[in-house]
Amino acid sequence: MEAMSMLVQQAEEFTADEAKSIAAATNAGFAYGLAAIGPAIGIGYLVGKSVEAMARQPEAAGMVRTTMFLGIAFTEALALIGFVVFILLKFA
Amino acid sequence: MFFALEFPPINAILRWQDIFPSFNKIGLIAVVSAILVMVFYALANRANPMLAPTGVRNVAETSVEFIEEGIVMQTMGRIGLPWTPFLLSLFLFIFLANIPGVIPVLQMPATARIAIPLGLSLLVWVVYIGTGLKHQGLGYVGHLLWPPGVPVALKPLVGLIEFVSTILVTPFSLTVRLFANMLAGHILLVTFGLLTESLLFAKTSQIFLVPMSILPFIMLVFLTAFEVLVAILQAYIFTILAAVYINNSMAAHDEH
Repeated sequence: MEAMSMLVQQAEEFTADEAKSIAAATNAGFAYGLAAIGPAIGIGYLVGKSVEAMARQPEAAGMVRTTMFLGIAFTEALALIGFVVFILLKFA
Repeated sequence: MFFALEFPPINAILRWQDIFPSFNKIGLIAVVSAILVMVFYALANRANPMLAPTGVRNVAETSVEFIEEGIVMQTMGRIGLPWTPFLLSLFLFIFLANIPGVIPVLQMPATARIAIPLGLSLLVWVVYIGTGLKHQGLGYVGHLLWPPGVPVALKPLVGLIEFVSTILVTPFSLTVRLFANMLAGHILLVTFGLLTESLLFAKTSQIFLVPMSILPFIMLVFLTAFEVLVAILQAYIFTILAAVYINNSMAAHDEH
């Protein structure tokens, strides 16, 4: 009960604007962190497989590389949308 | 207040005083990069084509060859060779708009504001839809909505999904990819620059903090080199995606 009243007191020290910017900053961090997990796994898997393919068939390296960049571009887009959300939360 | 170092408001890092109304440094960089491309190829064109290429013409021929071999032949094949001039100008303009992000004094990629990426992807959007209509006539709309072999029962659903992904998501993702990459790089450089500065000029009794500023500075140098790579890579990716989309609307579903 005492802890609760301390928390309430703590919360009352912030004005509405400050509380909003605290929430925005916290959520912005989570937004980008969570958005980066999937693309990180995806790009790692994609590049690993591409290197494997290039090592197995060096003569197809050019084609594999082009396709790899395409795949990276599509996968990365998800993380970048997360980054845009971060910017919007943090600054807008 | 909530961060150890006070990050400036977003307008301070992305916006300057207008040079004259509605024309600022970003507009200037964009105009200069467009003019630079034109001057570069005009100069290259003046050399005698019968002699072995030297100087500017050598660089220009290498760039054309790079677009032909690295982008057009890889994605569209021989049929796409007439698209080389369009893709070449896209690539060079984006690259020259990106690279001021690491050039001292300028220090701002023009593509870190959404206007230029948005304009470029709307251009690509108009081009690939126009190409589809030109090559396949009004049937292009049908091919756009329904890939071959879709069961009739699924047509409304598939049509909706394909419509959203081709008409809306494609230009959106093209825009956001270029814009967010360059903005992220710019903010990263700003962060480490600020960190170096605030450690170097820290008013603190703990004097050992001051030499620590070498650490973010090393990171800053490393990230600057990385940003050069990103500038080239993003221009390459934007161009290659434009080539893929144009190719899709040119040759799509001939078997059908």
